[in-house]
Amino acid sequence: MGFLDTLLGRTKPVQPKLDDLFALPSAAVTLDAGAGFKPTGSGSVCFRPVEGRSFSDVQKDVQELLDVSSGKEGGLPVEVTKDSYGFNWLVSSRMSDELDALVTDLHAVNSSLVDNGFGPQLLCTLVAFKDDQERRLALVYLFKRGTFYPFAPLSGERRDNALELQVKGVIGDDLKFEPDLARWFPVWGAPGL
Amino acid sequence: MAARTRYAPDRGLTVRMTATMFLLGLVFVAFIAAIIGIGTAYNASDAAIVLFAVVIGGGFAIGSLFYSDKIALRTAGAREVTPQEAPELHGIVDRLCALADMPKPRVAIAHSNMPNAFATGRSADHAVLCVTDDLMRRLTPEELEGVIAHEMSHVAHKDVQVMTAASFLAIIAALLIRFAFYGELFGGGRGRGNNQNAALVMIALMAVSIVVYAVSFVLIRLLSRYRELSADRSGALLTGQPSALKSALVKVSGQMSRIPTNDLRTAQPMNAFFFAPAMHLAPKGSLAAIFSTHPSLERRLAELDKVQQQLNSRAG
Repeated sequence: MGFLDTLLGRTKPVQPKLDDLFALPSAAVTLDAGAGFKPTGSGSVCFRPVEGRSFSDVQKDVQELLDVSSGKEGGLPVEVTKDSYGFNWLVSSRMSDELDALVTDLHAVNSSLVDNGFGPQLLCTLVAFKDDQERRLALVYLFKRGTFYPFAPLSGERRDNALELQVKGVIGDDLKFEPDLARWFPVWGAPGL
Repeated sequence: MAARTRYAPDRGLTVRMTATMFLLGLVFVAFIAAIIGIGTAYNASDAAIVLFAVVIGGGFAIGSLFYSDKIALRTAGAREVTPQEAPELHGIVDRLCALADMPKPRVAIAHSNMPNAFATGRSADHAVLCVTDDLMRRLTPEELEGVIAHEMSHVAHKDVQVMTAASFLAIIAALLIRFAFYGELFGGGRGRGNNQNAALVMIALMAVSIVVYAVSFVLIRLLSRYRELSADRSGALLTGQPSALKSALVKVSGQMSRIPTNDLRTAQPMNAFFFAPAMHLAPKGSLAAIFSTHPSLERRLAELDKVQQQLNSRAG
């Protein structure tokens, strides 16, 4: 924020960074080789809905678009759920070996929100992973920072910090990780995880 | 290529805020000119007393800026809470910080029978956000989020710094009034000749300071009201839900005005940082409206209506 913005008391909404999301498929290979976590095939986009007709129209269009593309390949339809904080989650479920297609789905959601001027409403994107012992892990992409962080929930709203740091070490430079640990905020009960 | 956006700055608000700050600057310059003028006209050196006021006033302003978070938390009787103690509140703050790309402020809860919230701290990295437990009880999660987005906009706009800088002049003027008054009271008895001149200097200094203090006080309050409107706008744009903020405003203002004022003497110094003032809301056009730190409920709701239309319009 510039000096003039401070003086005039205004904040311009922050536009999301979308491109770094495509680093995910190659990082997933490293993650599997290094820690044994495989993608579950489900991923979601979390955004803040805007009140009024124009946003709900855009959301409907996005949903139809994804349903058509996944329907052709016999996939599951996308789901929209609302969490207790009032954020919407659009969940896309693919086969576990279709991470590329999943990332393309998620990118389609992001870019259509951005194209319609709702880019600042994007919060994060989450891709779910699982290992042989059924431990759950998510890689969360922060749109405004253009960075990733791992999130490993345990039962009872606790998180497995050791696993999260291990994952960060395993993937290393394949993903841009969020350096500020204070921004690794928990997404309890995120759909698709 | 620039991203498409629904955001458009509010020109009217920008113009009015710029004009207010320009006038404040003008008063500042006029004040300095008057002090120099008095000094040369009476051939007296009033530099010592003015320097003294600037040093003390500056120390006071910088001290209150640096310790604003601690002072505010102590005054409000607030306690910092961990994510384990208040998971919902931290969840809301986490999400808003991620949306706005801001560092997360510390979060505190105050025990109070008033539904209110404030944010303070000398910078975004040292910010602290406080809500009263009564606010959390009365508001729905979406309304609470609207209030928190408003407070986080205060942090983003650096309102504590801006208002401290704006008040600096008024603090010095207030100190000079006092110094000149005591100087007149105790310095008057010592001989004649030169001292008659000194007495005139003191009276002139006092008169100028009183005028400066009164004018800058009104301008600072005006600036404060504009910055509240800006925070409302930015907060509503951030959450995308101006209606939730509106309903929170209506609820909180209704509650605040029902509380008897004599219970609120302790709360009055905190008003500038509050979400809604802890006093009766002044009717439009009254003298009280000119002196209030917050705009009227109607004005705030009208401004949020504009945001609502903006969000629903075609992307530009």
